[in-house]
Amino acid sequence: MQSEIKLINEEGLRIDGRKYNELRPIKIEVGVLNRADGSAYIEWGGNKVLVAVYGPREAFPKHTQNPSRAIINARYNMAAFSVDERKRPGPDRRAVEISKVIGEALECAVFTEQFPRTSIDVYIEVLQADAGTRIAGLTAASVALVDAGIPMKDMVVGCAAGKIDGKVVLDLNKEEDNFGQADMPMAIIPRTQEIVLLQMDGNMTRDELAEAVELSKKASMYISALQKEALLAKYKVQESEKEGEQGE
Amino acid sequence: MYLDIERKIVLPGEEINLEGMKQGNGIYHEGGKFYAYQMGVVQVYNNYANIIPLSGKYYPVRNDRIIAKVIDIAPSFWIMDIRGPYPGFLHINDTPWRNVDQDLSKILGIGDTVFLKVNEITESRQIWLSLKDAGLRKLEGGHIVMVQPTKVSRIIGKGGSMVNTIKEVTGVRVQLGQNGVVWLDGPVEKVMAVRKILKFIEKEAHTSGLTERVKKMLEEGR
Repeated sequence: MQSEIKLINEEGLRIDGRKYNELRPIKIEVGVLNRADGSAYIEWGGNKVLVAVYGPREAFPKHTQNPSRAIINARYNMAAFSVDERKRPGPDRRAVEISKVIGEALECAVFTEQFPRTSIDVYIEVLQADAGTRIAGLTAASVALVDAGIPMKDMVVGCAAGKIDGKVVLDLNKEEDNFGQADMPMAIIPRTQEIVLLQMDGNMTRDELAEAVELSKKASMYISALQKEALLAKYKVQESEKEGEQGE
Repeated sequence: MYLDIERKIVLPGEEINLEGMKQGNGIYHEGGKFYAYQMGVVQVYNNYANIIPLSGKYYPVRNDRIIAKVIDIAPSFWIMDIRGPYPGFLHINDTPWRNVDQDLSKILGIGDTVFLKVNEITESRQIWLSLKDAGLRKLEGGHIVMVQPTKVSRIIGKGGSMVNTIKEVTGVRVQLGQNGVVWLDGPVEKVMAVRKILKFIEKEAHTSGLTERVKKMLEEGR
């Protein structure tokens, strides 16, 4: 099946010039907000996402408290100006769903049983959207959780894969998402390779799905390294400042 | 004894080779291997490998001396903000005062700041505080500076060397809470100078030779 617009040219390059297994440029920054316990900012191609983490703190309203573990309260929110057509502010069906799956993915990594009756609040604000925001948000959220000093067994990381013009490709952008045949966001725990989030929109065969999962896993491991680099950079900057002082 | 990873910053999920050392704080094990669960610096103490976290909330420990703020008043106790995941409770019987006219707000009102100790942590994580010990008191006047609770030990320094240096050089009265709240009292310029020093220590806590550098900073500022 061919789409209305051509997404892959004769040389096998996509409309933004990437190869089938190439990611968009990713930049992660840690500790961008002073009032939050932990925070992160990610730029992933055209996506710009800001994440703030608070807690663990007493869960409110009180009936949400769980006497044996902490609850993870993720909120995914798109800014009104994040898309071409103004998005009506406030949570809609899509945002509620994404908040739920992100929260559950993070729950797989956090040691929630260490903090009974508390909540860990994760606020994900999408400032600019260009397909793959849930994974960008999740990737930044796990960095922000580490920045907040929350005990985790590993840092959740993810990447989307999909099918355009009949070919399985990595990390779809907006046009590919709109005119392609399938989009499959996926998140893993890198150390164990456990899948903690897997959704799909569109159709793929079993073999294509397996191929997409492999592609995403490989890319996730690369993004995981970027996450670590970003966290270490927060403390390295200070060391280089110190060297500068000594040099004077 | 030293691990080759000592003083290195580790991240959650990073494998830690204990080399026969015992598993301390911030480390979990799975499938016979050990991993970090917090971002922090590895330190060995009494043959235990611990991870000293670089950030995080205050987790109360019995007999810690902390600075807390009254956030609510119940019939016989105060509810205090201790900057941790749970509130602290201060019962009237654990204070030097006697509840004569049944109105606790006449003794400590909402917003009052108190230097006290952690008396007991129950199984259900209720934190009971106490004012009954030498040096514990209500803090009046002065300024409050917040730092990361995990960096307090660095502000104290070895055997209190850092905080004593600050006190001696500036003459500011300093009351350190284990929960990262610092109370300062003195002339405003001096207090602001100490505030700057505290923020500097907080930022550079994971580097070495801090006390010397702080001393230099203090002497330059004098």
